[in-house]
Order: sequence, then structure tokens, then C-alpha cells
Amino acid sequence: MAVQVRIPTILRKHTDGEKQVDGSGATLADLLTDLDGRHPGLRSGLVTDEGELHRFVNVYVNDEDVRFLGAIATPLTDGDVVTILPAVAGG
Amino acid sequence: MLRIDAALRDEMVSHARADHPDEACGLVAGVDGRPTRVIQMTNIARSPTFYEMDPKEQLLAFREMDDRDEELVAIYHSHTATEAFPSRTDIAIAGYPEAHYVLLSTREPEVEEIRSFRIVDGVVTEEPIEVG
Repeated sequence: MAVQVRIPTILRKHTDGEKQVDGSGATLADLLTDLDGRHPGLRSGLVTDEGELHRFVNVYVNDEDVRFLGAIATPLTDGDVVTILPAVAGG
Repeated sequence: MLRIDAALRDEMVSHARADHPDEACGLVAGVDGRPTRVIQMTNIARSPTFYEMDPKEQLLAFREMDDRDEELVAIYHSHTATEAFPSRTDIAIAGYPEAHYVLLSTREPEVEEIRSFRIVDGVVTEEPIEVG
């Protein structure tokens, strides 16, 4: 199950500078585990010790915010495009 | 250094004033590091002490910049009661080492406060703003 993943600048240190990588997985969680095998450190920038997405990371599947889908359990299908953007937030 | 046209600087200042007492936030798009337009964003926190860009708007803004061969030059937001300097929260959440972080303060109605910083790996470095 091939999925395209768009990587923000801050995480490209884990992808040899690549803006986009391919991965696979039946869910977003599976995809992130798959990617971490080839791009060590990528997952820990996105997922907490409890296995949830970090509060200030936005992940979109085909332009839908996964907060409104299934969060880290969001199902993926072949050809999906996953976009990762650090939230722009502060105090 | 952040070099920016007066009109774009003024647009950020006006946006910050308009949203006061809540914090305002937005993006500055540009070409080759040179700012070309301000993109006013919705602060979904609608708070005097916190801001968070609407995630959907954020995605669309980034997509539009890509489509127009622009880049993200700066991220701006306002503080409404404190100085125009990144707060601990700002530093902790900063996720765009490639961008200038522009801070405005609207604490004084008659005094314009606008400063620019880099925030990389938790380290804040102020830089001059050159208008023109």
C-alpha cells in the first residue's frame, strides 16, 4: 500500500533532505512505524511516548486534518497523500 | 536580517491592531527570501495570550505558496500585553527554522513594536528589520 508523505523542513534531517518520501501502512500509525525503519527519528518527532500524535503537529490525509478522521488510527489506502506540517502556534 | 516593504509591515501592524485584544497571526510569503505578500490567518484560539493558526487554512496557504512558487519567509503574531519577544511557549512550539519569526506588541495603542527573530533548536536570535 503506497502512500506519499510530504515532509516539513524541520523533519528533513531524518530524510536526507527529501521533501517527499514513500511509505506504506494500513493506518497512519503503521505508516509512521514503516517510515521510521528507513528514516530513523522521524516518528519520534511526531508521536508521543503514549503513541498519540503530538499536540502541535498537523497531519492531513488528502487535505483532511486527521483530528477529524481517526487521529493516529486513521485508515490509509493506496495512493493517499499524507502531509505533515508543524502547527503554527504559541503564546 | 529581514528586509520588508513598508506596506507589508504596515499590514501586519494593522492586523495586530484589528485583532487586539486577541493575538493576531499570519504568514509572509516571498520569492528568493524577499517578502511579497502577507497572508492573514485565523487564530482559532481567539485568545489574548495564545494563538494557533487554523490548521485547514494553514494547509491551504502552504499549498497556495507552493503553487505560486513562493516560499514561507516569515511567521508573525502579536502579543497583547507583553513585549514583542518570543515567549517560552513560542520557543517550545516553533517548528519552522527556515522562517523569520516576527513579533508585534499591541500593549501600547500609540507605540508600534515589531521585531524579528530566528528560532532554531530552542535558540532565539534577534535580527534587524530593514524597511524598504
